[in-house]
Amino acid sequence: MHGYANPARFLRLARLLTAPLLIAGAAVTAIVLLWGLTGAPAEQLQGETVRILFIHVPAAWLGMGGWSMIALASLSELVWRHPLAGIAARAAAVPGAVFALICLVTGSIWGRPAWGAWWVWDGRLTSMLILFFLYCGYIALADAEARSGQGGGRIAAIFGLVGAVNIPIIHYSVIWWQSLHQPPSLGMSMLSGNAPMAAPFLLGLLAATFGFSLLFGGVVLARMRTILANQQAEARLRRRAMELADA
Amino acid sequence: MSAALKPKHQRLVLVLAATAALIAAALLAAWSLRNQASYFYLPTELVAKPPAAERAVRLGGMVEAGSLKTAPDGVTIGFVVGDGKARVPVTFRGITPDLFKEGSGVVAEGHRQADGTFLADNLLAKHDEKYVPREMQQMTTQEARQKVEATK
Repeated sequence: MHGYANPARFLRLARLLTAPLLIAGAAVTAIVLLWGLTGAPAEQLQGETVRILFIHVPAAWLGMGGWSMIALASLSELVWRHPLAGIAARAAAVPGAVFALICLVTGSIWGRPAWGAWWVWDGRLTSMLILFFLYCGYIALADAEARSGQGGGRIAAIFGLVGAVNIPIIHYSVIWWQSLHQPPSLGMSMLSGNAPMAAPFLLGLLAATFGFSLLFGGVVLARMRTILANQQAEARLRRRAMELADA
Repeated sequence: MSAALKPKHQRLVLVLAATAALIAAALLAAWSLRNQASYFYLPTELVAKPPAAERAVRLGGMVEAGSLKTAPDGVTIGFVVGDGKARVPVTFRGITPDLFKEGSGVVAEGHRQADGTFLADNLLAKHDEKYVPREMQQMTTQEARQKVEATK
């Protein structure tokens, strides 16, 4: 990883990958969601409302994946002081927050017909809402820290690491506590050949997750480039100001 | 100098120790929340440790097959919520969610009455983790029917 500590080398790679990731992600996502809307079968109990699965579940996974990336980057920032770690964590925060919000909104829309309620305060919904609030807090904190130029991103990194305890809580909320949200459909039970989720739903879900992940990667790279460009521009301005002051 | 750690390793040990402490704290919190964070009582819990009769609680379990009955007024229904160990009769007056049916999960919001039955003000349908296409379900019922025909 330290080969990419050199921002110039990282930027060359990022410039090469950003557009292909975004284009492929948009194409895969569009195709899968279109199929989900028109081609996927109706579910035996839920009927047509099951189609929201193809956007709700990948958004939930990427909302959690985004914070996992923040936590890993924060660890790398705190321990190894990798120069790009803090930037990667800040870049992942906004798309992660957007995915968490998509998960909450689509879940609410799904909950009304499936459960009979827009919102309930059970373990899963509450812990997911907390994840969204954590993202908001992280974005505000990391931006404030970067703007003040003090702390070197360490306060945000500690926050990113501490907030990671919420990720296993979200996953186990439906296992530890009685909740209205159903337990996970994907897991060890699939290996026994008795998968709770039938093949068309499962394959569509995995394809949508792939598309969402490509989009996520593209947005993260684009945001990292933006943050690096801003830093360079600021450094240049500061240098220019110093030169003018000297003259 | 042999005992001294490089700053990088010192930080790693520190962060790992802090993370371990944090995870332990979170697990302890989750453990103590085990009962409070549950969204509803199971029938077993409601029977074993009944809450005060007028306290609003939620009861969750399976709607027992064959237990659903509609009262003569047409809007009041009665059914039994069970979890395999205990059964609680529930009365509800109002519109049920689409997914509410016998053999399926339900969460009833209401309170326990003095006679041990549960009076619900609101019903929430709880579906399980199974996702089965409608065609496949019809196929399996057809297959089941064929099997029934064959064994006659």
